[in-house]
Amino acid sequence: MSPETRTAAELAEALEAGETTSVELTQAHLDRIAEVDAELHAFLHVDTEGALRMAAESDARRAAGEAWSALDGIPIAVKDVIATRGMPTTCGSRILEGWVPPYDATVVARLRGAGLPILGKTNMDEFAMGSSTEHSAWGPSHNPWDLDRVPGGSGGGSAAAVAAYESPLAIGTDTGGSIRQPAAVTGTIGGKPTYGGVSRYGLVSLANSFDQAGPVTRTVLDAALLHEVLGGHDPLDSTSIDEPVPAVLEAARRGADGDLTGLRIGVVRELGGEGYQPGVLARFEESVELMTKAGAEVVELSCPHFVHALATYYLILPAEASSNLARFDAMRYGLRVTPDTADNGAPPSAEDVMRATREAGFGDEVKRRIILGTYALSSGYYDAYYGQAQKVRTLVKRDFEAAFGLADVLVSPTAPTTAFKIGEKVDDPLAMYLNDLATIPANLSGVPGISVPSGLADEDGLPTGVQILAPAMADDRVYRVGAALEALLVQEWGGRLLDRAPGLPSVEPVATTGEAQP
Amino acid sequence: MPENSESSGAPEHTTISRDEVSHLADLARIELSDAELDHLAPQLNVILESIASIRGVAGDDVPPTSHTLPLTNVFRDDVVRPGLTAEEALSGAPEVEQQRFKVPRILGDEQ
Repeated sequence: MSPETRTAAELAEALEAGETTSVELTQAHLDRIAEVDAELHAFLHVDTEGALRMAAESDARRAAGEAWSALDGIPIAVKDVIATRGMPTTCGSRILEGWVPPYDATVVARLRGAGLPILGKTNMDEFAMGSSTEHSAWGPSHNPWDLDRVPGGSGGGSAAAVAAYESPLAIGTDTGGSIRQPAAVTGTIGGKPTYGGVSRYGLVSLANSFDQAGPVTRTVLDAALLHEVLGGHDPLDSTSIDEPVPAVLEAARRGADGDLTGLRIGVVRELGGEGYQPGVLARFEESVELMTKAGAEVVELSCPHFVHALATYYLILPAEASSNLARFDAMRYGLRVTPDTADNGAPPSAEDVMRATREAGFGDEVKRRIILGTYALSSGYYDAYYGQAQKVRTLVKRDFEAAFGLADVLVSPTAPTTAFKIGEKVDDPLAMYLNDLATIPANLSGVPGISVPSGLADEDGLPTGVQILAPAMADDRVYRVGAALEALLVQEWGGRLLDRAPGLPSVEPVATTGEAQP
Repeated sequence: MPENSESSGAPEHTTISRDEVSHLADLARIELSDAELDHLAPQLNVILESIASIRGVAGDDVPPTSHTLPLTNVFRDDVVRPGLTAEEALSGAPEVEQQRFKVPRILGDEQ
């Protein structure tokens, strides 16, 4: 089996046993990127030299018996919203074209400290605003299941890279679903930790009270391995939780036995039904049935304020974003566009330069949200919109608290539909926003979640996902239940869902349709 | 733009005019072309219409949430650690002069 199709856990074992080297498997993934990324466009930047250098250093450590972590030597891709010292970081925006950060984000420092070679930076919607990667200034990424379709967003590049075997691991960020929704539509795993569980230092802020980085992988166990590398208190982030990382690895291993005896699973009435594709709902119901057979008790419950979650999010997010993105002022870093002359004939002022730069540097969706946020925060509208949204956020939080009194975890479809066609929703903001209907409530209240593949929709044969949510700091629960559901489904299917993905045209198929895993 | 409203008195209309969008863009320091204004204003109204449903959902007795986890004054130990060098700090600057960020004029002639 070629190294690209193996999981990070398997590769780590092979490294430990001396069956392969980090240079060998890093090169294999770089080759795979060279082979397929022209069609996939998952990467904005590939750091061949740096990745191979880190791989060689890792091999030297392993040879000396001094591996820095279980994942030492396993290559990884990083979403372009995260600062990487010496490697371009554009956030998918022209305003940061060519910017090379002089520092590492804490999550990147942790990857380096754990010995993971960084393959490059993955594509995303500009400043993480979107659900399809179509708002990237550098063009969309494509879904490995169907190249005419989106891989979700904003972290579509990370999900596509992992789904297409360009990388065993990737980092994503989830503000309203940007880790989980791409996972659902590409047949991969996406974990959003508890808000504050992973440092935001060096993560370019979209909405800082929602943003959270987390793992993008092909198995729940790999996600747990990566989560343990990323998680933990960081004094450089004042919102970082100063408590031990929940025991997610242990939970993922325990969950793999598929036994859910005694677990109460809450099915949220408001996260299903109207607006959800029949094939998505069918796969979700099957998953719930499987978990029931595995011993779980299903509790149907209501979170009445979830119907207001989308509106709440689209008031608070633009408000925070309009403030956060004020830092792109053409003075200290990034693009500077100097207009020819100011209105009065004087040389252009700093403000003239700012206006012209932000006009040229920001795309449509960013402009929409900045203006919307400016509106929501303006006097006369503040109480009716932003103030009201903050109150409804409290109500959503209370709904979660009540629900977790009745159930240990909550489950729902991750995304209401399967991957849509590129171009289908790009100029219809509201249709685009609806993709995050089921994922947004978790961001409003800071609770952790994971998306696990639940099958293929009957209508279009495309991947669907199930989302598992748990109370804040109970990340271990989402890994336990995620691993259990994954094990039950893999058993049912006789192999992983990704094994059924049609190979990219120029690629030696990983496994043909219907071929079962040994 | 209406003047500061003291209470939670909801605005009566939920639409933004083209002129208002132009004003908001100015506040946000974004130059917008006529074509962009024509395109953006109706889109913003569609979004606003859909989020207007939130008004009146929460009563006065509901406290606002700005942050999901209870955090109070977070301090870290005042430890000396290396920061960015001047060269590093200036490495992404559009223009540099004498080890400083070079910016366009800030004040008008009359100031």
